[in-house]
Amino acid sequence: MEGTTQTDAKIRTEYGTDSSSRGPGCSLRHFACEQNLLSRPDGSASFLQGVAEKSRERLIRNTCEAVVLGALHPRTSITIVLQVISDAGSLLACCLNAACMALVDAGVPMQALFCGVTCALDTDGTLMLDPTAKQEKEARAVLTFALDSVEQKLLMSTTKGLFSDAELQQCLAAAQAASQHVFRFYRESLQRRYSKS
Amino acid sequence: MTEAAAVAAESLAGSKARAARTVLGQVVLPGEELLLPEQEDVVRRCGDRLLVTKCGRLRHKEPSGGSSGSGGGGVYWVDSQQKRYVPVKGDHVIGIVTAKSGDIFKVDVGGSEPASLSYLAFEGATKRNRPNVQVGDLIYGQFVVANKDMEPEMVCIDSCGRANGMGVIGQDGLLFKVTLGLIRKLLAPNCEILQELGKLYPLEIVFGMNGRIWVKAKTIQQTLILANVLEACEHMTADQRKQIFSRLAES
Repeated sequence: MEGTTQTDAKIRTEYGTDSSSRGPGCSLRHFACEQNLLSRPDGSASFLQGVAEKSRERLIRNTCEAVVLGALHPRTSITIVLQVISDAGSLLACCLNAACMALVDAGVPMQALFCGVTCALDTDGTLMLDPTAKQEKEARAVLTFALDSVEQKLLMSTTKGLFSDAELQQCLAAAQAASQHVFRFYRESLQRRYSKS
Repeated sequence: MTEAAAVAAESLAGSKARAARTVLGQVVLPGEELLLPEQEDVVRRCGDRLLVTKCGRLRHKEPSGGSSGSGGGGVYWVDSQQKRYVPVKGDHVIGIVTAKSGDIFKVDVGGSEPASLSYLAFEGATKRNRPNVQVGDLIYGQFVVANKDMEPEMVCIDSCGRANGMGVIGQDGLLFKVTLGLIRKLLAPNCEILQELGKLYPLEIVFGMNGRIWVKAKTIQQTLILANVLEACEHMTADQRKQIFSRLAES
């Protein structure tokens, strides 16, 4: 896919100093590893493979920074740790939803809630919301949006593949409608939590 | 069809600002805007709208002192369940001394920064007569300075210079952590849990608004039982709690 290789190359040059360039004969992506991250367990490690993970981290961080009221906590760092238990497609959207719920649970002041929605366009131009891993692989284009809860404004978008301008608007409208369902689910689950107390 | 329309109407209504009065006692989410009533003279109003920044139940306290016609100002707040403590001026907290540097003790209160405690801020302390505080001691004190821009400062005397229960917490006993919501429930006036605990065993107990409780009973076993009961109180209903207390009283 023309679009995909160009984006990948761009990411590679952006992190050029850190990543080792793929020499001939070496087909593995850039590695990074950190050990003993968590103080409670006896051992812990994080393993990053490929620059896709760094890009996903940056997207989630930018979304959170747009919504969290950082001015109320100066000189403080807020760390969000996301562990992927299973990946069945729409991973970035799922990470965004988990991050939002974690921030609410921690009591971090926010100006709105946010959610992630993934759209996939297949070769006929059919729109699929929340695609599975198989649908994502076979799709012509995959678009992920992060929307806020107040007016369904767009906080973050990341796209991969070929699509027209009209298709982009169509996907965005579908994602905005779908985000209402996600926010209703947030409200119900939070109400259930507070009704127990 | 009608169900879908009702749901759509509900979600649209959620995005518009609602009057604060109508939402009292319900769960509110970050991003919601609430309108304050015109007639009420509420202190610290920014414009006429409130933006909710945390998830929780909306509560309201009427202004006290009905005789003064203009009213002192009611208070709206959101009751949220949180584990992380943010220092607030006037709060009584339990801290752990982590360092002694010159004239100041550094005390860990569970916030993002350690609080500073001067050695003169104890009852009867003078430059010659220093208090006996070691690293690792537990301190019960209150904040005199606590805002987001400065390092929090705490003292172990009140405004008249008396200790009033504050200072170094004695030997033995057990310190454990609970959520902030449980502490507020336990410190509310006429709390049933405390009265039942008192009837069970003789005990000494200190509550810190930062989610820490120190408890001491005659034996280690009794102390552990009390600690477990308090930690479990969060998730139990009143009936389950009464069952457990009666079972413990029998044994």
